[in-house]
Amino acid sequence: MAVDAENQADLELDPATEEADVDAMIEVRDLTHYYGPMPAVENVNFTVRRGEILGFLGPNGAGKTTTMRILTGFMPPTRGTVTLDGFDVVEKSLEVRKRVGYLPESVPLHTEMTVTSYLKYMGTLRGMNGRNIRRRIDDVIDVCRLEDYSKTLIGKLSKGFRQRVGIAQAILHEPEVLVLDEPTIGIDPIQVVETRSLIQDLGREQTVVLSSHILPEVSMICERVLIIHEGHIVAADTPNNLAQHLRGVAQLEVEIGGPPADVLPVLRGIEGTTEVTHHPRPGVNAYRVKFREGLDLRDDISRTVVSNGWSLLSMQMSSMSLEEIFLRVTTAEDDVE
Amino acid sequence: MRTIRAVAFKEIQIYFSSPVAYIVALIFMALSGFFFVRDLGNPFPEASLSNFFQGATFLLIPLAPALTMRLLAEEQKLGTIELLLTSPVRDWEVILGKYLASFVFLLFLLFLTSYYVILLVVFAKPDPGPIYSGYIGLILYGMAALSVGILTSTLTSNQIIAAVVGTGILVVLYATSFIGDVVTGVWATVFNQLGFTSHFNDFDRGIIDSTHIVYFVTVTALFLFLSIRALESRRWR
Repeated sequence: MAVDAENQADLELDPATEEADVDAMIEVRDLTHYYGPMPAVENVNFTVRRGEILGFLGPNGAGKTTTMRILTGFMPPTRGTVTLDGFDVVEKSLEVRKRVGYLPESVPLHTEMTVTSYLKYMGTLRGMNGRNIRRRIDDVIDVCRLEDYSKTLIGKLSKGFRQRVGIAQAILHEPEVLVLDEPTIGIDPIQVVETRSLIQDLGREQTVVLSSHILPEVSMICERVLIIHEGHIVAADTPNNLAQHLRGVAQLEVEIGGPPADVLPVLRGIEGTTEVTHHPRPGVNAYRVKFREGLDLRDDISRTVVSNGWSLLSMQMSSMSLEEIFLRVTTAEDDVE
Repeated sequence: MRTIRAVAFKEIQIYFSSPVAYIVALIFMALSGFFFVRDLGNPFPEASLSNFFQGATFLLIPLAPALTMRLLAEEQKLGTIELLLTSPVRDWEVILGKYLASFVFLLFLLFLTSYYVILLVVFAKPDPGPIYSGYIGLILYGMAALSVGILTSTLTSNQIIAAVVGTGILVVLYATSFIGDVVTGVWATVFNQLGFTSHFNDFDRGIIDSTHIVYFVTVTALFLFLSIRALESRRWR
């Protein structure tokens, strides 16, 4: 993983404050899952508060679906613990599953059933009684705007309507937690807008965890965003903070032979730097220089160092910055819309 | 209990609205009818269902796995298993519900064959004992055959593989008794006791022996237990 540990530590929420959070609906601790020898997610930690809308953002294959499958009790983690409303997803799987509504990415539905009979079936599986099921079917058909298709075979519905049926079954039993894996993938732009506002409505009462690889979508709907990349959480913050963090800063790693006490003020004095930190390693004085995006300070820094009579041992742009991840994530949107 | 019923009810609905089940019913009726009339053309035919019962045990070898192949394989193929297993339903409830649906369809098939009984009663005076015991035997035999099909359907997402492997296992269980007829000594007893056929034949003769009932119930329970474990292990793969 290219993002260095320190950078990651700044961005993650402090675990100590999270432990104390009595309002935590989902707590994920040191979650690791392997498919064969390859880790799909590794040492993932996060907390979702009751009533929060949390977004997982990351490119395909980042580990979003794996994390969601573990949250919903579909498969157990290789290591680590996940609790939902205080229930462990492995030990108290049944209690967890009662509280979760889930929309898998591929929207798997029984195509040979009608919308109503399918919803009735799912309601019974979730332990709802007959009267409750009838009342809720009317509700969700209304909310998901399926009125004209309640007697239609699911196999005959278009992708967009199937997505609605998928959401309808997820919210049918009024779960406390809603887990939606890529809820807007593969549907047309108008339906995307409808689905987003539907999720926002649902998020007023329920805890929602959704995944997406579209940054604007996540920042629009979610109160908090986790950027997940190659199985690790690389950033966790509100969309606003995250955007600022991502936009404002670029950084360089520089190794300079010279007394740090003299070097630091000089580096800080260079026009455009926002933050300079000193990281001594054995035999080397390394500095991390953050500066405003759009500038290239390499030229200025090398001249300054040499003119002061110090030696410039190495200089490189941070190999995998958040910007690059951000860029990957945002470019993926063009493929979809 | 409600969840078992929900799973079973959904599958029964699909049975009666899909062509596969009707094709299976058609083949079963056509071929079992052939077995039924086979000896009736002879002079002095016996007014019994014995030929039908023997033929039906043979027909169920490919037909029972054909009935069960869809039940779990398709859920795995379509991914609907993800929603099923994230619902508050225990794994054994899933298996039992699916199994129950296939059993109900089997009962429906056997109900259709009551037509043969009616024919016999109208045109002759059959001995009712072997007819009762034969149906009891056939139901037990079918229960065991369906449980084998449930296991193979749990193990794969490919319906064809589920049906072929299920049929293979049933052929082995069916033929084991014949090996018992060839070999001698202890092995004769072992093979005879392991296979389906020797346990079924007493029912056909009008004998209801509790050992045979225990045998078929045990085989059914074993295969259903293995299916539940196979479904559980799916989560860990």
